Amino acid sequence: MINKIAPTLADAVAGIPDGATILVGGFGASGSPHDLLDALAERNPKDLVIVTNNAGVGERGLARLMKLGCVRKLMCSFPRVAGSTVFEELYEAGKLELELIPQGTIAERVRAAGAGIPAFYTRTAVGTPLAEKREHREFNGKTYIMEEAIHGDFALVRAKYGDRWGNLTYSKSTRNFNPVMAMGAKCTIAQVAKVVDLGALDPEAVVTPGIYVDRVVQVGV
Amino acid sequence: MKNRLNRCEIAWRVARDIPNGSYVNLGVGMPLAVADYVPEDREVIFHSENGVLGMGPKPPDDQIDWDLTNAGKMPVTLLPGGCFFHHADSFSMIRGGHIDICVLGAYEVGENGDLANWILPDKKQAPAVGGAMDLAAGAKKVFLMMDFCSKDGEPKLLPRCKLPLTGVGCVTSVYTDVAIVDVTSGGFVVREMIEGVDLDYLQARCGAKLRLADNWQVLKTPKIDLPEVKQVPPGVAAAKRA
Repeated sequence: MINKIAPTLADAVAGIPDGATILVGGFGASGSPHDLLDALAERNPKDLVIVTNNAGVGERGLARLMKLGCVRKLMCSFPRVAGSTVFEELYEAGKLELELIPQGTIAERVRAAGAGIPAFYTRTAVGTPLAEKREHREFNGKTYIMEEAIHGDFALVRAKYGDRWGNLTYSKSTRNFNPVMAMGAKCTIAQVAKVVDLGALDPEAVVTPGIYVDRVVQVGV
Repeated sequence: MKNRLNRCEIAWRVARDIPNGSYVNLGVGMPLAVADYVPEDREVIFHSENGVLGMGPKPPDDQIDWDLTNAGKMPVTLLPGGCFFHHADSFSMIRGGHIDICVLGAYEVGENGDLANWILPDKKQAPAVGGAMDLAAGAKKVFLMMDFCSKDGEPKLLPRCKLPLTGVGCVTSVYTDVAIVDVTSGGFVVREMIEGVDLDYLQARCGAKLRLADNWQVLKTPKIDLPEVKQVPPGVAAAKRA
């Protein structure tokens, strides 16, 4: 019998080593897998590379992980949100490496990893400082830059419902990056508000098919 | 100039130029106000980069749902017919040329249509780009909402941007407190000016050559008072929830 349900948060984040590249879902606090990030912080890993859209707010989740010194590098599009004080302090002190990536390019680089596409061309960022060191190529008279896939060792995501096969559904705009991050890692871990019986999720409405998901943990609402 | 437009009046004027049936993305900040002024006889579908089409207005305080927020991470509503999707789909809509119009703020705009709106040369602060480069490169039309000059009176319309670019040759039209300027293959063309302003006035405050459209008109809006700002900044609200 397949059973991807992890009994506890500690079980869910077991085995994440130092130096891992971790894809994290969420858009600011919306859809952020705070409980998984807090559980990861309990393990106090080192030199993590975190790929996500923002830089954490307040003292929980990603902000806590950064404050404990677990993060070596952050790859994100918008670290400058009001309340991202932990990030700001570390960045200004030179204690955290930042790779700034346009938001759609993060999404597509991770999606590409999940789809077996090593690199792709995009118009986004052509002519800007973020196109430096990128291969430029013309298609049909327009200039594009090449962007490479971002592969995660682990992905941490948050969904509303999950089942023991790992099928996931989301709530409204908290879906955001979560299904994308779920595709791009070798091991995807989902925190869900509720684990439901196999067959309870409407197959027409499953957003993340369980094939992308390795562990599911229920954390309540 | 006492009759300069405020940001709500600029938003009102931008909304007049959004055709019925358009798919529109509004940038965080000043452009969000455009949604309040879409003429009632038009149906416009607003896209939010975090995975919403058919975004509706802010809900009443007692109906706030923090699972339903906009690009500025503030609560919104979903109109009947609206839907949700993930970020790769959301940015496929943007990068794949499916968004008809996006409305953005700007620091500088070049007469070649180049846009600079994401970074000021302050090395201490971390850079942040969000979806601005995707929108600049992908939307069919890019409308800018900004003051004609900076707060220090420096021109923001220039022959070429001096700040690092967000996108190249992407700007369609610039809506400002004193004029509407279109970007054409021949440079900046003034389409509308507020009463009491003439081309000399604008030219004296512009870094690039301006031409006046043959069919130019007076830029008129109803008088709209700025709303009182009582909103909690999104980061603070998010930190409380976290």
